[in-house]
Amino acid sequence: MADNQLTLLARVDKPGSHTLASYRADGGYRAFEKAIKEMQPTQVIDTVKASGLRGRGGAGFPCGVKWTFLPKDHPGPIYICINADESEPCTFNNRVLMEKDPHQVLEGAMLAAFATRASTVYYYIRYEYGPAYRATQAAIDELYAAGLLGKNILGTNFSLNIYTHRGAGAYICGEETGLIESLEGKRAWPRIKPPFPAIEGAFRKPTIVNNVETLACVTHIIGKGADWFKSMGVPPDPANPRDAGSYGPKLYNLSGHVNKPGTYEIPLGITARRLIDEYGGGVWKERKAKAVVPGGLSMGFMTESELDTPLDFNGPGKVGCLGLGTAAVTVVDDQTSMVDVLYNVCRFYAHESCGQCTPCREGTGWMFKIIDRIRRGEGRLEDLDLLAEVGNRIGIMPGTTICGLADGAGWPVKNAIKKFRPEFEEYIRSGKKGRALQVAAAH
Amino acid sequence: MRFIDDETRHKILDLLPRYPSKQAVTLPALHMVQDKYRCVPNDAVRDIAELLDLAPAEVLDTMTFYMFFRGEENKLGKTRLWVCRSLACQLRGSDDLTEHLCHKLGVTVGGTSADGKITLETAECIGACEGAPAVLVDDAHEMNVSNEMADKLVARLRA
Ligand SMILES: Cc1cc2nc3c(=O)[nH]c(=O)nc-3n(C[C@H](O)[C@H](O)[C@H](O)COP(=O)(O)O)c2cc1C
Ligand code: SF4
Ligand code: FES
Repeated sequence: MADNQLTLLARVDKPGSHTLASYRADGGYRAFEKAIKEMQPTQVIDTVKASGLRGRGGAGFPCGVKWTFLPKDHPGPIYICINADESEPCTFNNRVLMEKDPHQVLEGAMLAAFATRASTVYYYIRYEYGPAYRATQAAIDELYAAGLLGKNILGTNFSLNIYTHRGAGAYICGEETGLIESLEGKRAWPRIKPPFPAIEGAFRKPTIVNNVETLACVTHIIGKGADWFKSMGVPPDPANPRDAGSYGPKLYNLSGHVNKPGTYEIPLGITARRLIDEYGGGVWKERKAKAVVPGGLSMGFMTESELDTPLDFNGPGKVGCLGLGTAAVTVVDDQTSMVDVLYNVCRFYAHESCGQCTPCREGTGWMFKIIDRIRRGEGRLEDLDLLAEVGNRIGIMPGTTICGLADGAGWPVKNAIKKFRPEFEEYIRSGKKGRALQVAAAH
Repeated sequence: MRFIDDETRHKILDLLPRYPSKQAVTLPALHMVQDKYRCVPNDAVRDIAELLDLAPAEVLDTMTFYMFFRGEENKLGKTRLWVCRSLACQLRGSDDLTEHLCHKLGVTVGGTSADGKITLETAECIGACEGAPAVLVDDAHEMNVSNEMADKLVARLRA
């Protein structure tokens, strides 16, 4: 495995790594203490801005810049929501951080709250993460007992509460305004933007939503400095004026047909091939990769010949994928049918569309019906164009839906039909039938 | 209160100061009821509405959006066992595992074994993809679940 210094995962294998005592013994909460005693909130924001940190939750928006969108001199309250819904298929790095090093994430959230003058942090955790939730709640309890949360923390005039809030099994709660609606006790229907949450978010107050890994990065940026963060990764691509660069360490999630699936911390920009070969021990069973998901299902597929693409914020787009997403890399070997893969993908979005926008509700439903028909051996060649057409028409990019779930539902369909068309045609012509589960599903 | 016991009622009320709106306690309240009673009966919906100053229809609207909660006609068994069916798990055998568990428990997906011990469901990615195929036992993961491991798990949950 390539040599590299771990930061985000530096502590996860230590016994007791989740406890406050262990975290503090390793220098934990020094950055927070320094900030609230010696820094102005704006200095914290400026440092995060200077680091170039981009959100790790999927959209890659510059973190410090987002914080500056809050209204100036707002009387409050201002809220922070930690997005621990982590439901993009094949993504699990937030879980590892929360189970093994919950204080690292909490310190970042506390720094974010200080920087933005937020008084309350809501930590929205998907229900499926029981151990992560319990480790986090225990860590918060320790912080109150130690006087690091609550009123007038460490004798300063900074006060902060952090509350955990558990989800109930819906992917759409990860979309930031879906999360806010869910937190408010309603159906998780994403809101029309603008207004963006920084102006009107949770309980109609200014709100910043940040991913777990983003906040863990904030801890180290304040602790070690913006230059340290910028010493890793990839500068902006001069050929792409919209690329803000890809700095810092990243937790890549590697899964599927590889020998060693897992979470790997690597500076942004490793190629998919090196990640799979050097960290993942190669494709399993001595096989070759047929397709690789670059960053969660919503990002689409790369072919074997595209695997030298760097996995930074700018890379996957160069080969027609939607983006880096959650850096969840899933390998599909050459013995697997792309029809089965696409069936799985379309079933996911049809199941998870919140149903609010007609193009998404109907489109994801029809894409699933069409691929299901193909898979059952009843497809027609024209179905492939139909699939791609639906994929093209749903989403915020074509301007037909409220949130990005629909873009993510369309992308893998478009990529699959474009990059693997001969395989789909051959399947349809042969009249093959996919496997039907020998059980009746209830829903 | 028609259904909710005193202890749960107090636990629900204790959460109110955390949020600027009472409605925000809806999900935590639904969880508390379902954790304890394995379903959320209609009377409990009405109790929650009363505690949070909402119409029962508002609580029901939220509850039914999350397919996670079950009404009394559809009560969960003692343990809820979810098999992940998303891509990383499908690539590593979750279809076999689902079939195996259905036969073992004598249920279809969504059903509860005759002894009332285990409700079997399928889930979208449960975030344990490095251990595919993975299952969730209520809210905790088991990873790399072979059919033999599944049998042991079922035996443990039935004991
Ligand atoms: C359908 C959908 C699902 C999403 N799921 C998540 C998620 O589970 N976790 C997450 O952090 N961001 C998720 N996002 C992105 C959030 O909307 C938001 O951009 C992010 O939480 C912001 O945090 P960051 O800037 O720190 O990345 C999702 C977006 C969409 C459109
Ligand atoms: S795009 Fe889909 S998931 Fe997003 S708000 Fe519309 S219907 Fe809901
Ligand atoms: S795909 Fe099964 S746990 Fe992620």
